[in-house]
Amino acid sequence: MKALLVAENRDGKLLASSYELVAFAQQLGADSSMFLVGSENALPQYDGTLYLADSGKHSEYNPAVHKQLLLEVIAKEQPDLVVFSHSSYGWDLAPRVAVALGAAQVSEVVEVVEGAMVVPTCNAKLRRQINVKTGKTVVSLQSGAFCLSEDPSGTPIVEKIDTETASQIVFEGYEEAEAGGVDLSKAEVIVSAGRGIGKPENMPIIEGLAKALKGEYGASRPVVDSDWVDHGRQVGSTGQTVSPKLYVACGISGAIQHLAGMKKSEYIVAINTDKDAPIGEIADVLIVADLKEFVPLMTAKLLA
Amino acid sequence: MKILVCIKQVPDMESKFKIADDATWYDSKDLAWRMNEYDEYAVEQAVQLRTQVEDSDLTVLCIGPQRVQETMKKALAMGCDRGVHIDDDNSFQKDPFEIASMIAEFAKDKSFDMIFTGMQSQDRGSAQVGLMAGEMLSLPSISTVVDFTFEDGKVTAKRELEGGIKAKVSCSAPALVTCQLGLNTPRYPTLPNIMKAKRKELLTLSVADLLKVDSTQETTKIYFPEKRSGGLVLEGAAGDLADKLIQILKENTGVLA
Ligand SMILES: Cc1cc2nc3c(=O)[nH]c(=O)nc-3n(C[C@H](O)[C@H](O)[C@H](O)COP(=O)(O)OP(=O)(O)OC[C@H]3O[C@@H](n4cnc5c(N)ncnc54)[C@H](O)[C@@H]3O)c2cc1C
Repeated sequence: MKALLVAENRDGKLLASSYELVAFAQQLGADSSMFLVGSENALPQYDGTLYLADSGKHSEYNPAVHKQLLLEVIAKEQPDLVVFSHSSYGWDLAPRVAVALGAAQVSEVVEVVEGAMVVPTCNAKLRRQINVKTGKTVVSLQSGAFCLSEDPSGTPIVEKIDTETASQIVFEGYEEAEAGGVDLSKAEVIVSAGRGIGKPENMPIIEGLAKALKGEYGASRPVVDSDWVDHGRQVGSTGQTVSPKLYVACGISGAIQHLAGMKKSEYIVAINTDKDAPIGEIADVLIVADLKEFVPLMTAKLLA
Repeated sequence: MKILVCIKQVPDMESKFKIADDATWYDSKDLAWRMNEYDEYAVEQAVQLRTQVEDSDLTVLCIGPQRVQETMKKALAMGCDRGVHIDDDNSFQKDPFEIASMIAEFAKDKSFDMIFTGMQSQDRGSAQVGLMAGEMLSLPSISTVVDFTFEDGKVTAKRELEGGIKAKVSCSAPALVTCQLGLNTPRYPTLPNIMKAKRKELLTLSVADLLKVDSTQETTKIYFPEKRSGGLVLEGAAGDLADKLIQILKENTGVLA
């Protein structure tokens, strides 16, 4: 089996998630080569062929051009699998490549069981096994699902690639994340509010428990998107990454993008009315209760 | 200006899911159905654009069984002008490639200036359909959009990247964008608009007219993930639970010292 790994570059740096692709290929026992639109100054530690295009010329985001570069490498390498990270770069480029190849695309693979890819479904409440019917398969890997057991090492054999393809899409540059807000990464205790709080008037319940535990309060994305809490307190893949001694998730279902920001917490307590909420998979304690009833009681007992 | 927005009906994710008898999908009985959350942002953005550009016409398209018409009515009440329902009892078995190809087949000769979709669905979560349809239609497409402006035929959008960084991207219409959570504030349909929506045109098309490709994949098995061992699940009266939790925190964490 042959796999072509699509590594990723951001702001001139190779993303470490690129090594998750290597781990995936190793686990499958596949021969691999790598593709990167990046720079000679930020090469991956990888033993194998690296097809390298210059991000100075081709930009870090330009789907039409990156697709063209990739299709030329695919034509040459004839891989069985084209492997991406399930990231803002990968989930954008993968379907374009899949359509061009007429190949199946399997998104957000978390494991491979007896040759079948497994993906999360219904906000990670369920899992599905997929049978692919096409010769080539495009896959994207869930962030963190595949990890190298050792530090990456090696030196790639670089083969430079180039194209003059024009693109209708213009990348005009990055905009930094909104500054300000609290630095939650330093908090020892974080109590976070999810959509389960129901309405903004219930935020004081969460803030109250945070205070009683001498910690900070945070929030999941819908709470921030609804302007109930400012973005500076969002935990997750598009917010802050935290690892407090205690993380209390109140009315948070446990979507992967939220877990990405808090799963390294030392101790996790979840309060949820739904016993099957995926947060239960990583919580040390799941309290099955209505937060509106439980949290104020808990706060009162702590302060008593 | 002609605008298309594609939506999906999904189960409420707080539903109690059960596995269907053949174990290749979830049981669709006893579920509450709603508009895919990401698509609410797509509809809102499409309605805003329709209001912004004079003489616009906004079509909402949805693939699925009869019940999806309820969700389509919400989109019509939010401000779409007409609905196109591709009636398909087996849409849950169709892969993203097939769904995208039906959308593309429908849209190919209608010269839409803008197409909006959600970035992904809450149930399958593949994040493929919008972009695939864009490719099939040879349209420039921008995914994961959290900011959208349209001026003189030019789309300027911000894509959301990891860590809250954004990439500013532009292209000319006709184009397709896939909408991310937080792009705007989806409106609630008002009662008069709900009444008005009942009289709006809702066209039904058959799958046979639009599906010209074979599926690329199938789900062979669906199941609940194994629970991580070691995690405690506590149920009971709130007061008892609070006492237990305080005890647990004292024993297992340093935070109550
Ligand atoms: C690219 C991308 C990036 C993302 N980035 C982030 C991110 O950085 N951070 C983030 O959080 N999300 C992020 N998301 C969104 C993520 O996928 C989920 O939609 C989100 O985390 C869900 O938030 P939630 O758990 O608060 O809400 P829901 O999923 O709606 O869950 C609400 C929970 O509350 C429970 N509940 C309801 N009522 C009560 C009650 N009275 N008492 C107790 N429990 C109750 C329910 O059982 C449910 O489990 C991102 C998504 C995408 C696609």
